[in-house]
Amino acid sequence: MMLVLDIALTHVRSRLRQTLVGIMGVATGVGFSVMMASLMEGSQNDFVKQLVDSLPHISVTDDRRVPPQQPAEDQYDAVAYHSLSVETQRRGIKNPFAIMAALEGWLPGTVAPSVQTKSIIRYAGRDLAIAVIGIDPRREKKVSQLATQMKIGTLDDLYKASNAIILGDGMAAKLGIRIGNNVTVTATGGQAIRAQVVGLFHAGIKSVDESQAYVLVKTAQILSAQTGLINELRIRANDAMSARELASLVEAQTGYRATSWQEAHEDLMAAFQIRNVIMLMVVGAILLVASFGTYNIISTITHEKTRDIAILKSLGFREETVRRIFVLEGMMIGIAGVLLGWVFGYLLCRGLGLVEFKSGFTDATRLPLLYAPQHYAIAGGVALFASMLAGYLPARKAASVHPVEIIRGAS
Amino acid sequence: MKGAPVLEARHASRILPGEVPVTLVNDISLTIHLGEFVSIVGPSGSGKSSLMYLLGLLDVPTSGDILVDGASTKGFNHDRLAALRLSHLGFVFQFHFLLPEFTARDNVLLPMRALGTLSDAEQKDRANELLAQVGLKDHAHKRPDQLSGGQRQRVAIARALANDPQVILADEPTGNLDTASSAQVLTMLRHLVDEHGKALVIVTHDMALAAQADRRVTLIDGQIVSDEAIVQEAGVAG
Ligand SMILES: Nc1ncnc2c1ncn2[C@@H]1O[C@H](COP(=O)(O)OP(=O)(O)OP(=O)(O)O)[C@@H](O)[C@H]1O
Ligand SMILES: [Mg+2]
Repeated sequence: MMLVLDIALTHVRSRLRQTLVGIMGVATGVGFSVMMASLMEGSQNDFVKQLVDSLPHISVTDDRRVPPQQPAEDQYDAVAYHSLSVETQRRGIKNPFAIMAALEGWLPGTVAPSVQTKSIIRYAGRDLAIAVIGIDPRREKKVSQLATQMKIGTLDDLYKASNAIILGDGMAAKLGIRIGNNVTVTATGGQAIRAQVVGLFHAGIKSVDESQAYVLVKTAQILSAQTGLINELRIRANDAMSARELASLVEAQTGYRATSWQEAHEDLMAAFQIRNVIMLMVVGAILLVASFGTYNIISTITHEKTRDIAILKSLGFREETVRRIFVLEGMMIGIAGVLLGWVFGYLLCRGLGLVEFKSGFTDATRLPLLYAPQHYAIAGGVALFASMLAGYLPARKAASVHPVEIIRGAS
Repeated sequence: MKGAPVLEARHASRILPGEVPVTLVNDISLTIHLGEFVSIVGPSGSGKSSLMYLLGLLDVPTSGDILVDGASTKGFNHDRLAALRLSHLGFVFQFHFLLPEFTARDNVLLPMRALGTLSDAEQKDRANELLAQVGLKDHAHKRPDQLSGGQRQRVAIARALANDPQVILADEPTGNLDTASSAQVLTMLRHLVDEHGKALVIVTHDMALAAQADRRVTLIDGQIVSDEAIVQEAGVAG
């Protein structure tokens, strides 16, 4: 009703400065809530994205979920035995190419093999313990970010020499290695090869750049003396979020253990959930505190305007109408605050987006911010609801004013 | 000139609860008719205002009944009483009780807008007309603090008339005014009864004012002690 609006406006105008403070309070609350949400969800998404991009979505290994049955156990079922000499099993996934072909038949994604072996790299009298990873360059491109992280050379350069190797740039710098140099790589098993450095990569993570090197699968198999076996099949699903379901299918089909990235980082996911709960609580508290201001203002106005309320009620205004006046005042503060808060929050995000962070271990980054309409909607919705409530509580009291008490008191 | 009964108190009592209950009004029966000018007089604290609040449906009797247009209001909730006040009754108090932020015309518009039976344009026309009737045609856009006491009281009268109620209840309407303003306000109220056939109830200390009424009800200690008709001599009024 226009009349209610008119009266509400005169009240708000009579307390203009306080009203502005109230609006600023709501705006600040909404602004910071939007910023918090944007930062929290942005960093979470960024983290997950980095995780999902840098790690295989599903890793198939020859680990078992239950320890292998030893032959002795088959024979002497109920007999206790000690000092059993266990059967040494050759580790690794057998027949990798057949498995890959079978998986690629139905899997919405791509598969790449890898063979890992711990080695020592030696160059010009200096050496370093590193992880040598055997890859298939053509498949690797589809599964990992390695191809995009190449600083010098390409993955295909691995085919250029008989024993070609690609090093992390940090490792190369440490040992003073340049492209074309020959290095000695000695595996922990004792096998040694001489390899030619054909490329450098930069993953942006110090530990990776200083301790990883890539060779062809075949080269790695020679180093680890496990011809025909690989350690791991890495799968990149077209939809990273479906990894968990795909993993169980792969496991059922191949008999090897398939671990999705979600399973591998269960603790992280749980941590994110806790983080989100904390964020919601903080955002809720900010908005609640902001609405205290509104409550305060509306309370003050109802006290100041008790006489007006008595007049309106004596004329025949219904309690509901009187209540609506003050709820509307709360809403006006709320709406103005939310609109201003949206602008404020957006500007805050933009401002934060300009700040650059540098740490010794990763490359310089900007804060990951997520611009999502639902952040604005939720912060605005909660703030509006709180404002309405902040108006309603004093309004309920104001509307129950008995006009006779006021009129008697005044005459 | 005495018309149908519009407002009636039947054995109405109002007792304030408490450790020592206070009786404001005790077993009052009183009927007000259309076209009647009734004054309620009595010493201070005798319950005049309390009776007026009961008749005006601002307060509810602890026992007894108030009838509007012959219909009982017993057990009515706040909203139903408010609706009756809005359409049937007009109030003028000792203090003007105008909304300070609203202009004279907006104050007069309040009851009409709350009732909402007239269109916006009709409401404006009526507000202007009412203000002209009380001689404030040129002051429609002034706020209460820009008006004199008498002018404010006249705005209050215009507002009391906004929804064309049958009964006007006034509690010491001239209590704060000088003689000239009092006379003006009184003439205006008298005019309502004579020309428009409304019922007018005025609570007053002012015996001169009371003498102009058609009927004088005297209260003492919350009870009616006399209720007498006054024969107006020609030429005395005004
Ligand atoms: N809330 C209250 N608590 C206690 N006593 C009250 C209360 N309200 C009114 N009274 C008493 O009730 C009596 C009637 O009051 P009321 O205002 O009706 O008198 P009145 O005739 O209008 O007086 P006046 O001429 O001074 O305006 C008075 O004695 C007053 O003191
Ligand atoms: Mg009184």
